[in-house]
Amino acid sequence: MRTLFSPARLRTLGATILLGLLAAVVTGPTGNSDEPLRAAWDSIAGVRIVPFLGLAVALWLVLTLGPQLRGPAAALAEPVRRPVGVAYGRRGGPVVVNLALLAIAVVAPLVVSTAAQQSMVNDIGIYALLALGLNVVVGYAGLLDLGYIAFFAIGAYTTAYFSSQSAMPWHAPFTLNPFFVFPVAVLLAALAGVVLGAPTLRLRGDYLAIVTLGFGEIIHLVANNADGITGGARGAFGVPHLSIHLLGIDYAWGIDPLPYYYLLLVIVVGVMIAFGRLERSRIGRAWAAIREDEIAAEATGVATLRMKLLAFAIGASVSGFAGVLFASKQFFNPQSFSLQASFFVVAVVIFGGMGSRLGVVVGAVVLQGLAFYLRDKVQPADRYIYFGAVIVVMMIFRPQGLVPSRRRRREIELSESGVGAADALGAAVPAGPRS
Amino acid sequence: MGFLDQFWQLTVDGLMVGSLYAVIALGYTLVYGVLQLINFAHSEVFMLGSFGGLFTARALLPGDGSVPGGLASVGLVALGLGAGAVCGGLAAFTLERVAYRPLRRRSAPRLAYLISAIGASLFAVNLAGKEFGRQNVDLPDLFHNGTAFRLFGAAVSTQSLVIFAVAVAMLVSLDRLVAGTRLGQGIRAVAQDADTAVLMGVNVEQIIIVTFVVGGLLAGAGGFLYAMTFNASYSMGFVPGVKAFTAAVLGGIGNVRGAMLGGLLLGLVESYGGYLFQASYKDVIAFLVLVAILMIRPSGLLGERLGRAA
Repeated sequence: MRTLFSPARLRTLGATILLGLLAAVVTGPTGNSDEPLRAAWDSIAGVRIVPFLGLAVALWLVLTLGPQLRGPAAALAEPVRRPVGVAYGRRGGPVVVNLALLAIAVVAPLVVSTAAQQSMVNDIGIYALLALGLNVVVGYAGLLDLGYIAFFAIGAYTTAYFSSQSAMPWHAPFTLNPFFVFPVAVLLAALAGVVLGAPTLRLRGDYLAIVTLGFGEIIHLVANNADGITGGARGAFGVPHLSIHLLGIDYAWGIDPLPYYYLLLVIVVGVMIAFGRLERSRIGRAWAAIREDEIAAEATGVATLRMKLLAFAIGASVSGFAGVLFASKQFFNPQSFSLQASFFVVAVVIFGGMGSRLGVVVGAVVLQGLAFYLRDKVQPADRYIYFGAVIVVMMIFRPQGLVPSRRRRREIELSESGVGAADALGAAVPAGPRS
Repeated sequence: MGFLDQFWQLTVDGLMVGSLYAVIALGYTLVYGVLQLINFAHSEVFMLGSFGGLFTARALLPGDGSVPGGLASVGLVALGLGAGAVCGGLAAFTLERVAYRPLRRRSAPRLAYLISAIGASLFAVNLAGKEFGRQNVDLPDLFHNGTAFRLFGAAVSTQSLVIFAVAVAMLVSLDRLVAGTRLGQGIRAVAQDADTAVLMGVNVEQIIIVTFVVGGLLAGAGGFLYAMTFNASYSMGFVPGVKAFTAAVLGGIGNVRGAMLGGLLLGLVESYGGYLFQASYKDVIAFLVLVAILMIRPSGLLGERLGRAA
């Protein structure tokens, strides 16, 4: 018992109690500026603090007794873990697991409410696609793009421009079926990516982050304020739904979310397969080389700048593509293209696992699932408190993400022991003394 | 009225705002100096400091809405500045402790720091939005804000004068701190070469914490000054944050005097540009300046590195 209350452990207890108080404030009542500390006080005073303190003490116990608990916990998990591990390790195992996941994805929307179906299309499907695109930038090339949603906006507004005479004040003299807008939007988004990336990618990687941040904000501001062109804050109404009129087939997507869901599922799976091949190609290997050691890559003849630019452009074009789908699905307004949305896509990629295709899709499902779950329980804007916390916690405890890519995890481990870089941002941060 | 008629007025306004950018930019530059890392959550330190100063000053004001004068005003401004600085320093300390130190302990890749800072920033912004509401909060007048004097025909209000004077005082004392004290020597040593600094007996861990806190104190006090002219809101940090970062890059990131010069210059450019084009494009100007420097002279006007320049 004496060791349970050593100074170091008491410090841990203090930290967990602070965490508990913070959790109480985060979940507590909403305040206002007239009585700034009132809400925080109300959330920690009174009986509602008891469960939080209980959780804090429980967390402390787990942390201090963790090493002793690890053995029994692993033994308990073994019956579940082993068969999965064996099935995955067997030849063709991953295929079986992937097919099972695909089967779940096909059946899942049939058993949930219409509101959940809508969310599966607008939130999970679109964000899975966005996360797959951003994964190329963050996960493969090791760069950070904080204005990723701007390309999404470019895709959406391009759709409104070409496919409708009435959605925006500014429109093309002709109308196209949204399907024909796909290539245009993809090209435009990729072009925007190149124009933005070319000057900044030469420099240190963290400059790219801040320039893309500014770019994202500017696109958002223009979309919101240029009433005569984009329709301003009102948004764009009446973009036609997708439809096919080809070789006697006449089909139009409509209000019903299910057809859109399956279309998105096909696209997401297609993109996953395509990016898997890309990852294993010459280009993918070049990205891995840049991530792990940019100078060595350059010395071996990898055109680092071109490869980074390529990753940036591919990421942007996926975002533009998703923008077309988003625009043709429903009306949209600039709120969908805010800075927070960009951060959310980053959160999805980090949470799921940088560099892991399955990971980022799982990230989209879990985080958007969380957002859907929280939608009636907290104010929409407050959800970002939780997402922010999730990002920090992931970076501290599990930087490789929920479903890590094997190579990425290895890179992070190696980088932390002083070999290689695991990103393309330049020299490492000087380490403090190791404890 | 032409641009030339307005020139001096624009200069006065630009210098006032620019001195604030310089104060915030120092936080970016100091942390960059010792960690070679852009502290993305610095704008939230600024925001929290601003709220801390504003609420303190408001709580001390007489409730009848009258404007104090004389010594009472001086005291209120000083207390607001102090409270803002304390809140900013605390926020920066917590940020370093929670979002950076665990990563530094296991020398995580740089991407991890950026992402962790973004997470912390999202958390802080939205928590502030929840606790303090999502409207702009005004700071009541703390003094009679008349024209203090005229400079080439341009009116200099008491408020601008107070802000500019306090900001310049902070800039000068920080410059002295870095250039002339033992602590500053430590900061410069870590900035030059952290590994060698350890060998020379510098407590790097402590220097990093102090650097964060000093940046936070400045940003917090700057936040209070900002709230005096504009207002405070949960999302107020982003735009001045990006501009202060631009100022830091303009002067040469990691360079203390560079950040000061960059801040003042950016304030002027923005003030003139906002008049020549359109006020609503002010934010775009700062961004264009940033891209232009990155393309033409990425090391900034005075060059990078804290170790050499201070």
